[in-house]
Amino acid sequence: MKLSFAPLALVASLALALAACGHGGAAPSDASATPAAGGSQHGDFGAPQGEPIHATLTSPPHVPPPIHRDKPAKVIVELEVIEKELPISEGVTYTFWTFGGTVPGSFIRVRQGDTVEFHLKNAPDSKMPHNIDLHGVTGPGGGAASSFTAPGHESQFTFKALNQGIYVYHCATAPVGMHIANGMYGLILVEPPEGMPKVDHEYYVMQGDFYTTGKYREKGLQPFDMEKAIDEKPTYVLFNGKEGSLTGDNALTAKTNETVRLFVGNGGPNLVSSFHVIGEIFDSVQPEGGTVAQHNVQTTLIPAGGAAIVEFHTDVPGSYVLVDHSIFRAFNKGALGILKVDGPENKLVYSGKEVDSVYLGDRSEPNLKAVTAAAKAHAAGTLTKDEQIAAGKQLFTGTCSVCHQASGEGLPNVFPPLAKSDFLAADPKRAMNIVTHGLTGKIKVNGKEYDSVMPPMAQLTDDEVANILTYVLNSWGNPGGQYSKEEVAKARATPASPAPAGEH
Amino acid sequence: MKPLLCLGFFSAAFSAPAFAADYASLPGGTFASVLPADTNNADVKLAPFRLRREPVTNAEFLAFVKTHPDWRRDRVARVFAEPRYLAQWGAADILGADAKPDQPVTQVSWFAAQAFCASEGARLPTWNEWEFAAAADATRADARSDPAWRAAILNWYAQPSSQPLANIGGAANFHGVRDLHGLVWEWVDDFNALLIASDSRDQNDPDRLKFCGAGALNLRDRDNYAVLMRIAMLSSLKAANTTANLGFRCARDGIGEGP
Repeated sequence: MKLSFAPLALVASLALALAACGHGGAAPSDASATPAAGGSQHGDFGAPQGEPIHATLTSPPHVPPPIHRDKPAKVIVELEVIEKELPISEGVTYTFWTFGGTVPGSFIRVRQGDTVEFHLKNAPDSKMPHNIDLHGVTGPGGGAASSFTAPGHESQFTFKALNQGIYVYHCATAPVGMHIANGMYGLILVEPPEGMPKVDHEYYVMQGDFYTTGKYREKGLQPFDMEKAIDEKPTYVLFNGKEGSLTGDNALTAKTNETVRLFVGNGGPNLVSSFHVIGEIFDSVQPEGGTVAQHNVQTTLIPAGGAAIVEFHTDVPGSYVLVDHSIFRAFNKGALGILKVDGPENKLVYSGKEVDSVYLGDRSEPNLKAVTAAAKAHAAGTLTKDEQIAAGKQLFTGTCSVCHQASGEGLPNVFPPLAKSDFLAADPKRAMNIVTHGLTGKIKVNGKEYDSVMPPMAQLTDDEVANILTYVLNSWGNPGGQYSKEEVAKARATPASPAPAGEH
Repeated sequence: MKPLLCLGFFSAAFSAPAFAADYASLPGGTFASVLPADTNNADVKLAPFRLRREPVTNAEFLAFVKTHPDWRRDRVARVFAEPRYLAQWGAADILGADAKPDQPVTQVSWFAAQAFCASEGARLPTWNEWEFAAAADATRADARSDPAWRAAILNWYAQPSSQPLANIGGAANFHGVRDLHGLVWEWVDDFNALLIASDSRDQNDPDRLKFCGAGALNLRDRDNYAVLMRIAMLSSLKAANTTANLGFRCARDGIGEGP
């Protein structure tokens, strides 16, 4: 019989040997931080005391209750890997690989200095072997080599949580990218020994990018697309593994005048998140889960394989939208969540809509009603000069007034005036040619010389040019008259006339 | 056709291995394995060999257990098979409702698979033999550079394993071998010499020479995720392990001269 030795035992023992070396944590630079906050060298509070504790694990968006303990303990974590088909969007399913049956995986909460006995179980019907790398572990691979587990098996390893903070965990089995892309990540919180300030709500939100062979929202079971993953072109970018996991009935909730703490992770595998809550300003952010807080933050960057703790106070009721502010991901790939805040209005902080009136922008957004009316009238053969002038005025606002000014006065030495223009009066028909073909070179208008370039206004239709010019010809002391669509068409078809003919 | 059918009947009824297993002949030769033969990325050299056209089925393994009662799930030594061994069967010598005769047998340990193959005068294939056979598609001996070949394998990985396993008898590949991909993982003789690191990311670790195993830590074709994942799966196992998606087929040396 062939002698079968277990190669993994070798790897595991090597990992344990190296774990003793650890890596020294840097001393805290922030003087206000407690000594215990800074680094792994301050995180060992001695041997675990009391009976071992079984960790409470929660599914997203829920967070296990705060730890009220002043001594290090032995905490037993049992996490099961389950491969299962779950909805990723309405009518779309995906074969997720999960820690604990959800994406992201179960939230783990321990206290700095705790000794964590970690049991990783791989469900019997799994196809794949899996392991876990916890970023909160000090030791080679973050536990990965010690937790490599075949389907239907269980691995155990133990670590001391030396550094406080919020840490990503993920599967690190080959191909790592695919295991992560299939949803194998979650968060472990290592509370500071003194605990965290009390808040009214704690929630667990984790972003991930997903790669399916079918398009966004294409129905049915969608297989993983390795090419898209390598190209970093996700089909979905999601909070908590499913489009709609935090909207509608699943929205996060709070009341006004409460404090909310979000543990926000990013599993990746590829994208970095620009995490933002529309309508809120983060009172406090611990970027990358670190100890030093930043205040009054609009958008915080969450790296793939990183996490942050954000806190804010709810002042005004309404729906606050969680987004990746790389904004196409929010509105075209699913990275949207809602925090619904209920309570009385606070008009002193935010009024709501006070005025809803028509704003007649002077250039950017002209009201084009008159233009439509003129077009209809022309089609019906009933177009009057007044209708043309009305339509032309609105079109002039959008196109011509930028240079010639709404007053028609132009700008001295740069853009010639259209008001009381002797150049226009001398040959009104020439104007059609200038608008459709442009005008370059020296001209003299009202006694002053201009030497600039007007590009052809090719974006305007014949009809529009006729209306604009009719408006100009009947404004600002110009002689009056009318242009027709047909005349403009003819002018457009005629080659440009030599420019400086107007000198007289 | 009739005489053949009769032969089949008699063979099933009387010969020691209850089913005359059908083996395909494969030429071997030099082959670019994803696991290089040495540190210079050399090709492996394979002698001609024969490989079962299909994975071993529940019915075949039941016949084996009946003639080799040491391998019944209620009698096997624990060092040779963990408690889940053949747990999907109705009883130690009955397939039951959840194990169809033509499904590939799964939840078998490496030891049990090896004993089965020995009982029909065969052995487990080596990784390189299995890999050589599985590099083919329907028309080519080596289709591995075709993205479609890779995509078909990855597609199987994306299917949840909540559904019952299909029966054997998928399309034959270039060598006339079926079901190498898309049905079950398969034991190979040298599964525990493949060792990719159990943490797959430390492939340039200066300590790597401390590891034994032909595969050590360096894969020649790291882009070949599809194959890499099979090696990762095999690397996670110990010889007494069994899983719901792990079966096997047997191999023989040389060019075939009989069944």
